[in-house]
Amino acid sequence: MSEPVVPQEALSNAWQNWYRFSRNPTAVIGALIVILCVSMAILAPYITPYPEHVGSFVDFRNRHQPPSALHWFGTDNVGRDILTRVIYGLRVSLILAVVVLGIAIPVGTILGLMAGYYGGWTEIIIMRITDIALAIPPLVMALAVAAVLSPSLINSMLAISALWWTWHTRLIYSITRQLRSQEFVEAAETLGASKAHILFREILPNCVSAIAVKTSLDAGFVILIGAALSFLGLGIQPPTPDLGTMVADGASYLPDFWWESMLPGSAILFLALGFNLLGDGLRDLFDVEDVR
Amino acid sequence: MEFLAFLLRRIMWSLLVLFGLSVVIFTIARVVPGDPARMALGPSASADQVAALQEALGLNAPMWEQYIRFLSGLTQGDLGRSLLTEQSVTVDIAKTFPATLELVLCTILLAFVTGVPLGVAAARWKDRWPDNLVRAIAIGSAVVPSFFLALLLQILAGYVLQILPTTGRLPAGMRFDADITGLLVIDSVLHGRFDVLGEALRHLLLPATALAAATMGQIARITRASMIDVSRQDYIEAARAFGIPDRVRLFKYSLRPAFVPPLTILGLEFASLIGGAFVVELIFSWPGMAAYGVRAITQKDLNAIMGVVMVSGVFFVMVNLVIDLLVGIVDPRVRIRGTRA
Repeated sequence: MSEPVVPQEALSNAWQNWYRFSRNPTAVIGALIVILCVSMAILAPYITPYPEHVGSFVDFRNRHQPPSALHWFGTDNVGRDILTRVIYGLRVSLILAVVVLGIAIPVGTILGLMAGYYGGWTEIIIMRITDIALAIPPLVMALAVAAVLSPSLINSMLAISALWWTWHTRLIYSITRQLRSQEFVEAAETLGASKAHILFREILPNCVSAIAVKTSLDAGFVILIGAALSFLGLGIQPPTPDLGTMVADGASYLPDFWWESMLPGSAILFLALGFNLLGDGLRDLFDVEDVR
Repeated sequence: MEFLAFLLRRIMWSLLVLFGLSVVIFTIARVVPGDPARMALGPSASADQVAALQEALGLNAPMWEQYIRFLSGLTQGDLGRSLLTEQSVTVDIAKTFPATLELVLCTILLAFVTGVPLGVAAARWKDRWPDNLVRAIAIGSAVVPSFFLALLLQILAGYVLQILPTTGRLPAGMRFDADITGLLVIDSVLHGRFDVLGEALRHLLLPATALAAATMGQIARITRASMIDVSRQDYIEAARAFGIPDRVRLFKYSLRPAFVPPLTILGLEFASLIGGAFVVELIFSWPGMAAYGVRAITQKDLNAIMGVVMVSGVFFVMVNLVIDLLVGIVDPRVRIRGTRA
């Protein structure tokens, strides 16, 4: 058996990237927060102190308990452990982000590549549709859809995805337009490469760093919108633990039982902060200043 | 001349966006739910009642005819009747819109007067502590949920310190009729009621701050990037070579062209600003359109929902037209080139 051949150059490149990443405090802190939150969400049943408090559990003797050694984040108005519910709430937020971006990024990228490369009517039609979608606030759209259909996590995800792809389309479109007339694209055209090859093998790899930055920043924003939606009572329905819902429920007990809304709210902030720091750090790393 | 053509093109674009928006809204409200009449009356209504409401709402006509009727209603400012308030949605929105307009305008103003100086400071002392501080502020303001910030401000300034009012536009006992523009801040001055002006501003401060945070961070960040960009231009280098003082170079030569990207960003971000207003208005009991919209949504009042989404879209388009004009004023090159990007 011969050893797998690793090109020396590629190895040093990966090392170089890793080194630059590890020297960027913003990116590292962001990545650590994201990893921490994701692993807590995945391991929720094993690490939460009171897994039975996730559903419609009631323990009136222990309601409104302030944070203590037994209940680090205190208990809510029916005596459920808030830390447990916060950790489970991370799941809902993360699933929302993954699904919305899982739909928005491929759709937005393909449409952006097409609009930027083909130009003409393709460009006009795609970009006019993005203009229309930009005029609708995603939160309002999600609210309207939740009202017309029924409030559920799936409906909110669909409503937000239906608008979110536009931002990716705009980003990829502007990059593709700049690349379209570059020599390596023209060379591929001259050599008779297929359109698919040019779009996905020549242009797309040049968009990857921009997509990575945008995805990370976006994950934070999608989580915030999802939280706002459930804060208004139109996200995932109780008793499934959800951070936005917990803030809304706890808000009626402000300021006396502050932990019931402030701690779940801080959890949303923490999660969004992780994605934003990561995106911000990656932006410096990849040197793509104009991605927001 | 080119600028005029540019503006005309933008107005055409706006009309196209509004037309597209009407199709989207019509689809959500009429096509998706199946039967709006059944939805409005609830499951306990009899089949006769549903049929009667279907007839009254014109739901028996073919879809395209309903859309034409919806569109011609829109062009005449008719958004249909609200099933909840039993009034014309246009009247309902006209009553609540000024409060939202006032809040949003104050928010934009606040975001600019705080965001731009922060961005300028960050660019001026790039990679030194002011830059890092501004970066931290920008990230912080981008990640704090608007409803969380609103609650936090309400507790801090309203309950703990008790220095600012936390609900409504005016104190409960104060009588004032904003009958000219509907904006308390302007009407109170026109009527010479400066006590009302003071109270209106005090009531605006907390909700506007909660709403402005996210936009302020974006503006600071973009201003910083565009100031740095401009400062690398040849004419700034030339100005330095001529010995023109730092201050003049910064404020007169750099800031003006650097002002364009933040304005453009504001136009794009405006949709999410309106979205944020939905949450903030609810928390501060602000009697605006967003609060009306949330009520319509929880009561499944379809015409009112369509109206609110449509008016939000019109608001977005109008603000972007104003921004186009402003960009033309700030940056004369745009007037000749005829694009803003």
